[in-house]
Formats: sequence, structure tokens, C-alpha cells
Amino acid sequence: MLAFIIYKLIICVAVFGLSLAVAAYSTLWERKLSALLQDRVGPDRAGPFGLLQPLADGGKMFFKEEIIPNVSNKFLFILGPSLVMLTALMTGAVIPWAKDAYVGGKLYSMQITDINIGILYLFGVVSVGVYGIMIGGWASNNKYALLGSMRASSQMISYEIAMGIAVIALIITSGGTLSLREIVEQQDAGFANIVWQPLGFIIFFVCALAETNRAPFDLPECEAELVGGYHTEYSSMKLGLFLFAEYINMFISSAVMAAFYFGGYNFPFAQELYDAMGLADGSKWIALIGFGAYFTKIFLFISVFMWIRWTLPRFRYDQLMNLGWRILLPLSLLNLAITVVVEFFRGHITF
Amino acid sequence: MLLGYTITQWLFGILSFLSIMFALMVVFSRNPVNSVLYLVLTFFCIAGHYLLLNAQFLAVVHIVVYAGAIMVLFLFVIMLMDLNHDNEPQKTWISKIIAGIAGGMLLCVLVGSLKGSEQLGISQYGSSQIGMVKNLGKVLFSEFLFPFEIASILLLAALVGSIMIGKKEIK
Repeated sequence: MLAFIIYKLIICVAVFGLSLAVAAYSTLWERKLSALLQDRVGPDRAGPFGLLQPLADGGKMFFKEEIIPNVSNKFLFILGPSLVMLTALMTGAVIPWAKDAYVGGKLYSMQITDINIGILYLFGVVSVGVYGIMIGGWASNNKYALLGSMRASSQMISYEIAMGIAVIALIITSGGTLSLREIVEQQDAGFANIVWQPLGFIIFFVCALAETNRAPFDLPECEAELVGGYHTEYSSMKLGLFLFAEYINMFISSAVMAAFYFGGYNFPFAQELYDAMGLADGSKWIALIGFGAYFTKIFLFISVFMWIRWTLPRFRYDQLMNLGWRILLPLSLLNLAITVVVEFFRGHITF
Repeated sequence: MLLGYTITQWLFGILSFLSIMFALMVVFSRNPVNSVLYLVLTFFCIAGHYLLLNAQFLAVVHIVVYAGAIMVLFLFVIMLMDLNHDNEPQKTWISKIIAGIAGGMLLCVLVGSLKGSEQLGISQYGSSQIGMVKNLGKVLFSEFLFPFEIASILLLAALVGSIMIGKKEIK
């Protein structure tokens, strides 16, 4: 029992640390990539190639003066960013990071928990994440902040629907499982799900951009209209938490996309490679190589997120709503119908 | 075993206490935004009860639908209406009496149905695995297909109705 608790504790802390570290270095990578796209150098003062820049940014955030507006509800004002950060970190719990591996003669799963409703858990946590933004925006007692949080929540609710229907199609393709681990495992033998769900992937990707409030869907913090959006009144580390949670969300949604559509820790000819290297099932090295492959995919997705941000201009708000309700929702329903027909001929659905 | 109760019983007690407390806070808090937030907390406690009953699917769907969608819309409307004044107009005594009678009658109905449920033998699906998605889906789509479809038609009608109301002019 004690060993089990220690193992769970270690893996929780590892996923927590991983999320924070990846988010921190995503900020640096975002600045470097934008510099590359705009033919600049980017941050290069703190450490070699600017590698210590995230630490400098974090330190700056901590030492900034903290301002709490006099009229706002102080408890809710602090609760807002905390809730955003909490829900961002909670999503990492159901993601399978690598294959099971024997450590010291015992088989350990490289996942915090493999609940059989993993996808629904993800949706639940994401849908609760809206509250942080809404509460923060409202407690600021600022019209811009309130409008920003309204935009954020209506945007997230609208895109959740198309996303949910795209995921239903994915679940049908994966043979009706809601566990992320099983979805990844069943892509081990055959093709990755992207082959069967190209349209579903595009819908999911666009919705993920909207759910993480990334450009071109960053209407909630649209400077030209709303000053700073829902975090107008925030300063110091509370602002930091809002900004940081966005990067964690980006990391997790990249991980989810890689797991759903690109096979997670599987990659083409993986089994052949392991056989050639003479690795048995459950070897530490298989877990490590798989984790490396998974991480490469995640890194590519994060880069695409950033590439889009520095390429596309922001939508107008009515365009955003039109895209969500009039294009993505019918498309996702069409995708669901096509999936059912295709899966019937593949033999996954029987009557 | 703590003080003669199992951990499940302790969890049930704590969750029940919290859900009743938050439900009372919904009614008693002056600020409507706080009321909505307490209602969200109440929903979380009820989801906890579902988890105790081993109904994971119901628990998560409860959170996604009620806490994640419906209450967000409530909060949305209340925040935009800017009801954030502590000096809401007091209700007249006649509406208080009517509300009291209506609430009391609802309580009677609930207690009556609770008594009646003992004779119904609801626990015929009493295996502890019934809350799992697969088992629930099988029961819903085989034995209870007709009520399930009726409920979906009801939802569809509500959907069409809300769109009709939301339209600016009906051609």
C-alpha cells in the first residue's frame, strides 16, 4: 500500500513538474519562433541562447507589485486565476505518457490514472475551467474584464459542442472506448486514427485553438477592443497564472491531439525497431523511446499552435461565432455520419 | 473504520453535510453571483454522491452538463444583468407564504416518493457495475430504448423551440 502511494506520488509530481517545465519553456520557444518568423533574434540575454529567460520572466512576475482593486470581491478575485491554473494542471492526470515498464521487477503504468471515462473527465475539467475566467473577470469590477470573460466563456461553450461531436466520431473509430490508454493502444497495430478521421482531426484542432484562447481565437484578450480582456485588472503572479495556464492548456491539448489522432507513444515500425534492438515488452527503454516519440509529436503541435498565432490575424467576434455554429457544428455532424458509414463497412459497428 | 463508521459512510456524511450547506447558502446569500457559485458547489457535491454510488458516468456527465454548461449560462446572464447590489427589493409577505406552501408540498411529494421507492424494488439492477458506461449503454439501448428515444425527442423539441424564440422575426 505504501509503495503504491509513493509510486502515485512520484508520478503525480513528475507530471506536475513536466507540465510546468514545458509551459515555461513554451514561452521561450514562442518568443524564439516569433522572432524567427519576423526575422528577429528574439531573447538572447539571459543565459546561452536566452535559455534562462523563463526563469527571469517568472522571477519578474513574482516581484512585481500586486494590485487588488479596492471595490472588487477579494476572495473571488484571487479564486479566478487559481481555478484556471488548477483545472489546467488537472487535465494531465488521464494522459498516458508511455508504455508500461518494469522497474525493479514490478510493472508500472506511466499514467496517473487510467479511468474508463478518461475523455469525459477531460471534458468535465475543461468545462469547469471556464469558471476561473468568468469569476476573475467579474470580480475585477471592470467593464472590459467582464466583457472579456463573457467572450471567453461563450466561445468555449460554443466550441465545446463541435469538439464533443468530433470526439464521439473518434470514439466510434476506436471501438467504443472512453479510456485514453485504450485509444492509444488500439492505434498500435493498425493505422493512426488520423487516417480514419482526417475531418474530425481538423475540427478538433480548430476547437482546441478556440478552447485554449489562442490566436486567431484570442478575442477574450483582444487588446484593440478590450484593453487586456479578462485579466485587465490583474498584476504580478496572478496575471502570471492566467498567462501560464494558457501554455499548460496548449501543452495538454497538444498531448491529447497526439494521443487521439497520432497514436500517442506509438510510431510507425515501432515493433520492428524494438525487435531489432532486442527489447522485450515492458522494458524501460521501450517506455523511454515511446515517451520521446510522444514528446516529438507534442512539440510539433505546440510549434504549429505558435506558427498559427504569428501568421493569422484575429477573427471578428461575429466571424468566430459563425465559424463555430454554422460551419464547425454541421461539419462535425457530417463527420459523425461519415464515420458511422465507414465504420460499418470496417466492421466496427454491427446491428 | 473510524469511530465505528467505514470510510464510505464518512464520505457520505461529509458530502451530504456539504451539499445541504451549500444548497442553503444558495438561498441565503444576498449576491446572486454568489448564489450561482454555491449552486455549482452543490452540483459538485451531488456528483460526489454519484461517485460513491459507483456511477462514474453519471457523475462526470452531471458535471459537464450542469456545472459546465447550464450554470455557466446562468452565471453569464446574471453577470451581464449586473444584479450585484446587496439591496435587492424585498419580496412581499404573500409571495413568501406562497413560496413556503409550494416548497412544503414539493417536500411532501419527495418524501412520499422516497417511501414509495422502497416497494418498487428499484435495486433490480443492483450490481455495483451498473454505473459503468458500457453497462449503462447496454441497458439504455436495449431495455429502455423507448423511453430513451422519447426523452431525445423531448430534447429536440426544446431545441427547436428555443431557436424559434431566439429568432428575431419569424417569416
